[in-house]
Amino acid sequence: MVTIERVLGERIGSMIRGWIDKIDGINRKYAVPRIEMSRGVKIALLFLRVYLVFLVLLLGYKFYTLLQ
Amino acid sequence: MDLGSTFFYKYRRFVKTLQIYLLLSGPGLIVMLADNDAGGITTYTVTGAKFGYGLIWFLLLLLPVAYVVQEMTVRLGAVTKRGHAEAIFDAFGSFWGWFSFLDLALVNWLTLITEFIGMTAALMIFHIPPFITVTIVSVIMMLMVLQGRYWTWEKIALLFAALNLIYIPAAFMVHPSVGEVLSVGLIPHFPGGFNATLFFFLMANIGTTIAPWMIFFQQSAVVDKGMKEKDIPWGQMDTLIGSAFTVIIAIFLVIVTGTVLYGSEVESAAQAASILITTNPWLGTFIAIGLFDAGFLGAICISLASSWAFGEVFGWAHSLNLKIREAPWFYACYFFALISAGAVVLIPNAPLVLITLFVQVIAVTLLPAALVFLILLLNNEGIMGKYRNSRLQNVAAIVIVMAIIVLSTLYGITTLFPGLIT
Repeated sequence: MVTIERVLGERIGSMIRGWIDKIDGINRKYAVPRIEMSRGVKIALLFLRVYLVFLVLLLGYKFYTLLQ
Repeated sequence: MDLGSTFFYKYRRFVKTLQIYLLLSGPGLIVMLADNDAGGITTYTVTGAKFGYGLIWFLLLLLPVAYVVQEMTVRLGAVTKRGHAEAIFDAFGSFWGWFSFLDLALVNWLTLITEFIGMTAALMIFHIPPFITVTIVSVIMMLMVLQGRYWTWEKIALLFAALNLIYIPAAFMVHPSVGEVLSVGLIPHFPGGFNATLFFFLMANIGTTIAPWMIFFQQSAVVDKGMKEKDIPWGQMDTLIGSAFTVIIAIFLVIVTGTVLYGSEVESAAQAASILITTNPWLGTFIAIGLFDAGFLGAICISLASSWAFGEVFGWAHSLNLKIREAPWFYACYFFALISAGAVVLIPNAPLVLITLFVQVIAVTLLPAALVFLILLLNNEGIMGKYRNSRLQNVAAIVIVMAIIVLSTLYGITTLFPGLIT
């Protein structure tokens, strides 16, 4: 028997699958960075990674102090 | 050639140049005037009230800062014909692409809320309830994009941008001492000595000058406008004029509050307008209108920056030159951002102060990445060809970007841990 819940469930399911496929397609399209990974670029990207880790740790510490 | 002919020739040449400029101007002017958004207006208002004319010299330094960063987006957009979000995905891969895109979506949405906070606070002074403000503003912003032409949207936006100039007559109304403005304002010094509070304000002023959405907005606007490599000099001029205007407006606002509110404990532009409207109704009205306009201009640019980025990343049609049926997802993003951000402001007891502080912290996570990517892209010969950064441009850009990263990071940290500044 076709119920509203089932129709809705299928619709939502197909929509989510569509989104996952779309994101997967974007990831495949941009899998290889176009820019040449020279030493300068590598250092800059490493700096950004370290910077972001530092900020995440800082936000984590803030969250921890708020909970205390 | 006689004198009359020479004059006529020069006049025709000037008119022709002006016509071309008016045709090609827009992205630089709009982004720079929108840079003085609700948050920026509040920062300048409080700066004037706290330090008088003492930091005008510092505001002047922000002109090259804003120009150097934003000029790079003009070249990148005109050469690659891609927005910044797409350019990051393409050049640095999906990890940095998703990071920048999701961070931008979040920080833009939060900033949009702060613009609505500014607009509702400004119109509350005229006893207009927030619900009416949010509804009318959202409808106007939707109508602006529905006509299906980038050119028309840009010219309407420029009209609203021109309203930002209201602080110039406001400054003349308070009759400041020109001598004092020049002697105190233009000589670099630290009013009250270099202390933690002053440092916080310097950071706040830098923080309002360059925001992540500006980089994404201008590059996408350059692409949507259809600017080509040959238009780059006009885009540069547009950005330079816009940078000058943004600094001039900031200075005039500082002169207003530095003259009439110096020494007062003012925490926001809305509060300053409320105080002034009782003593000088016209001045209070001007400040409130300016605050509303700043929020409005910021909101239209920020919501567009997000919609362009969504379109670029997901491959949807994304241009103001398209009708709704031709670019449904692009417009859906724009409308959703506006309506949801406006609705947050209307929630009773919503943590609006917390949101405002959170914006500054989240922006700090994206700004360095966006700026570093900008410099790396502008140095890539394969992408930029002969339009890549020269050595001089690199020195200026790297020094400015390093300064922005350090100061905005410290600003974010002090927002997170206010106890650090005592």
